[in-house]
Amino acid sequence: MTSALINVPAKAKRGDIIEIKTLMSHIMETGYRHLATGEVVPRDIITSFTCRYNGSEIFRADLFPAIAANPFITFFTVATESGKFDFEWIGDKGFSETASASIVVE
Amino acid sequence: MRKDDQSSRRRFLSLAGGAAVIGAVPVVTLRPAEATPAMLAAAIRNVVGTAVVKTGKVKLDIPPLVENGNTVPMTVSVASPMTADDHVKSIHVFNEKNPQPNIGNFYLGPHAGRAQISTRIRLADSQKITAIARLSDGSYWSASVDAVVTLAACTEEVI
Repeated sequence: MTSALINVPAKAKRGDIIEIKTLMSHIMETGYRHLATGEVVPRDIITSFTCRYNGSEIFRADLFPAIAANPFITFFTVATESGKFDFEWIGDKGFSETASASIVVE
Repeated sequence: MRKDDQSSRRRFLSLAGGAAVIGAVPVVTLRPAEATPAMLAAAIRNVVGTAVVKTGKVKLDIPPLVENGNTVPMTVSVASPMTADDHVKSIHVFNEKNPQPNIGNFYLGPHAGRAQISTRIRLADSQKITAIARLSDGSYWSASVDAVVTLAACTEEVI
């Protein structure tokens, strides 16, 4: 599935601080909205986001209904070595998505 | 005669103003499921425990006037050298008036290089947003920003 958008620089110098931007397509239903009939729309959100750099966790976030639909999260890291970033989103109703991006560090 | 006109107009305006004020109060109190300042305080206590939260070091960027509460850009940055000895461990963001006091928890480390995160949030009402950063030495620092929201998020009906 191509529901994730990842922006990681393809190349960086060793020691550079790089910005990582991620967007996951998701409705992020709050669980506080009602249908016209009065029924509550059940909550359906992403609850957790993790980023690993060559296997070790560098960033993690707990998300709540107050995060807007299609969660867009950006953060920074130091480019230490060439390798791979693995991203993982986990949510309600068994939602689980992964994505990855590679970087060349000179 | 002219004087009478003015006074009656003035009286009308003051009555109308009063009615508007009275009308505005129920709008606020009728809003369903709203986090109270007590819930906000409890949510913050859950994170910081008994530690003292100092003001400073944290910068919270949110537009002061929000047109659409469904997607509000937010950036939190913390003044920190981000070294192994002195870095930001986590950033927690809270709100006052959404149905739930939490917005998000973000966990970083010395490898982040820069203690800054951005995301997009929902705001159900004009309110105060608070960001708290936990540093590696165990201290907590915070910043608060007020945002005025024109179109509220979260609680509208689905058709």
